[in-house]
Amino acid sequence: MENLIAPLIAAPLLGAAVLLCGGRRLDKAGHWIGTALAVASFVLGAVLFAGLLGRGAEDRTLVQHLFSWIPVEGFQADVAFRLDQLSMTFVLLITGVGSLIHVYSIGYMEHDERRRRFFGYLNLFLAAMLILVLADNYLLLYLGWEGVGLASYLLIGFWQHKPSAATAAKKAFLVNRVGDMGLSIAIMLMFTTFGTFAFTPVLGSVGETGEGTLTAIALMLLLAACGKSAQVPLQSWLGDAMEGPTPVSALIHAATMVTAGVYLIVRSGAIFNAAPDAQLVVTVVGAVTLIFGAIVGCAKDDIKKALAGSTMSQIGYMVLAAGLGPIGYAVAIMHLVTHGFFKAGLFLGAGSVMHGMNDEVDMRRYGGLRKYMPVTFVTFGLGYLAIIGFPGLSGFFSKDLIIESAFAKGGVQGWILGTVTLVGAGITAFYMTRVMLMTFFGEERWRNLPAASPDAPDVEPAADHGGVPHPHESPKVMTVPMIVLAFGSVFAGAFFGIGERFVHWLEPVTAYEHGHPPVSALTVTAATVTVMVIGVGLAWLQYGRRPVPVVAPRGSLLTRAARRDLLQDDFNHVVLVRGGEHLTRSLVYVDHTLVDGVVNGTAAGVGGLSSRMRRLQNGFARSYAVSMFGGTALLVAATLLMRAV
Amino acid sequence: MNPVNYLYLAALLFTIGATGVLIRRNAIVVFMCIELMLNACNLSLIAFSRMHGNLDGQIIAFFTMVVAAAEVVVGLAIIVSLFRTRHSASVDDAALMKL
Repeated sequence: MENLIAPLIAAPLLGAAVLLCGGRRLDKAGHWIGTALAVASFVLGAVLFAGLLGRGAEDRTLVQHLFSWIPVEGFQADVAFRLDQLSMTFVLLITGVGSLIHVYSIGYMEHDERRRRFFGYLNLFLAAMLILVLADNYLLLYLGWEGVGLASYLLIGFWQHKPSAATAAKKAFLVNRVGDMGLSIAIMLMFTTFGTFAFTPVLGSVGETGEGTLTAIALMLLLAACGKSAQVPLQSWLGDAMEGPTPVSALIHAATMVTAGVYLIVRSGAIFNAAPDAQLVVTVVGAVTLIFGAIVGCAKDDIKKALAGSTMSQIGYMVLAAGLGPIGYAVAIMHLVTHGFFKAGLFLGAGSVMHGMNDEVDMRRYGGLRKYMPVTFVTFGLGYLAIIGFPGLSGFFSKDLIIESAFAKGGVQGWILGTVTLVGAGITAFYMTRVMLMTFFGEERWRNLPAASPDAPDVEPAADHGGVPHPHESPKVMTVPMIVLAFGSVFAGAFFGIGERFVHWLEPVTAYEHGHPPVSALTVTAATVTVMVIGVGLAWLQYGRRPVPVVAPRGSLLTRAARRDLLQDDFNHVVLVRGGEHLTRSLVYVDHTLVDGVVNGTAAGVGGLSSRMRRLQNGFARSYAVSMFGGTALLVAATLLMRAV
Repeated sequence: MNPVNYLYLAALLFTIGATGVLIRRNAIVVFMCIELMLNACNLSLIAFSRMHGNLDGQIIAFFTMVVAAAEVVVGLAIIVSLFRTRHSASVDDAALMKL
């Protein structure tokens, strides 16, 4: 049974190796190889899942010890994989959504001459992500963590001929490095504290460790999670990451990689449980990001960036839930999975729209597309209903549970967090309705477009292929994955939520305690639905009833700030870039004056002294004789003096 | 006679020699003053040998004489060739070895 874990990872890894080293002769078959290996990995995952289901709930942990990676006295790092309910969930999500997106990419990247390389990178991503979630120790997890970072970098910058894509890739990589520092520091702290970094001993011996150390480890893990999951304050890369091809945005920057931070927090749950201060920070980060991403999502006219803001916000929900402790871990993962379905579906829908609209991304240049793209419209619409939490769809169950759990934290904190999640649900409904209305409803604004939009500097200039676009439905190879994901968006929540099936499945790993919100669960649900209806209504008033201007209006101060990602880049520039420049400049100054000053001063002093000493060497034998006699006299005097003493 | 008197004489001779080395410019005179200092040393060595009743000092005096003889050969040769090239025996004129 456990012998199947390594092949599960090896399949996409093999695909990456073959496709990236195979060269041009694989150009024709590359995408089929990549897709076949992704599907093979999914099939292995499904077999393992069936195997786990056949066992008792407490007996569902498989460990495969492959080999000893770094066998040093006192420092043991093994390549060992652990498959339990938590990693099984991720494996199915990653390989399942991954396979669908591989299929979708066959159509989406059809005209790209570097398609083979694209599939190689996608396979590399799958392998790294599987290593991340299957690792049995933090060091191996770190390998996967860096691997997905690399794959993300390569795929964001896949269209490297566009300077914006190359810059975005670098930005994502650099911001992620900050988070990675957090993870490496956390691992070092673990090693000094526990003497090991395998999951079982580390998480098992939490009880014998001081709270201060655990808080430090937990905060460093949170920093890592912030970087990978685009949480405030390391969120700035996600919006720019949309420069990558849309399937990449769907797979990496919506469904899987960005949720790695949530996985890390849930996996390290024992550490967080023992560090309540760190948990509070986690919830605050989640709450801030939730609102932050939602506000950004409301203002963006670029359909992918609006969805990226939404991703940030939804991961904020998960992080918040993960910060609640055992009440929230399973709930966070449940939202992660349902989000994986509907957000991937939404991104694929956005990709399908772009495919039919000459790669236009500005929603103000869409409108009335439902007639031209019926399948995309229906699947996107179902994803939309799922994300806003329409009763009965998957987002409804998972988000409702998070809101309940937030209230169940109790006390003032519970009320604040609960209110924030409720407001977030309202804003979610608003911006998603906005996206929906601007894209699929209203007049067909793409028929007569102005030349350029100088008033909206952050909107990319129109992808100008000349003339009016001819929107059309995408080929089957693209629509089928969208349909499958739409099914997931509709039914996953009910399947997981009814009878708390998902929570009970995860309970042996994450522990679960049922929260008791101060108000009844039914009240919370009613409030959530009310807030959602208000959000939808407001959006309809602004974007449904009135025509949408093709050129973005100037907007309020908040809108303009939100278009600039709430000034996050400006803040980073002023505080970090400028600050860094000042720091380096002052360091250069200190280096030049103090360090070089000491060295140069010593040299000049020695030089000056010797040029004075040189005068003594005047060539006159008699003056040498004087110094010789003087020296002898001194020596004799000193000898006599010593003897006298 | 008290051997200490020989030491006084040696000190006197040495001082005369040292003073000559320092104040005279003629290389031959400087050279003779050096010989005077060497012989002052020999005198004091022999006086010490007498005072302590062993022969070590006298043996060393022989060595000094041998070395002095060798030195005279080399030194005089240098002085002669110096005079031939510069037409002067002044030690101050031969002040080329300086920075």
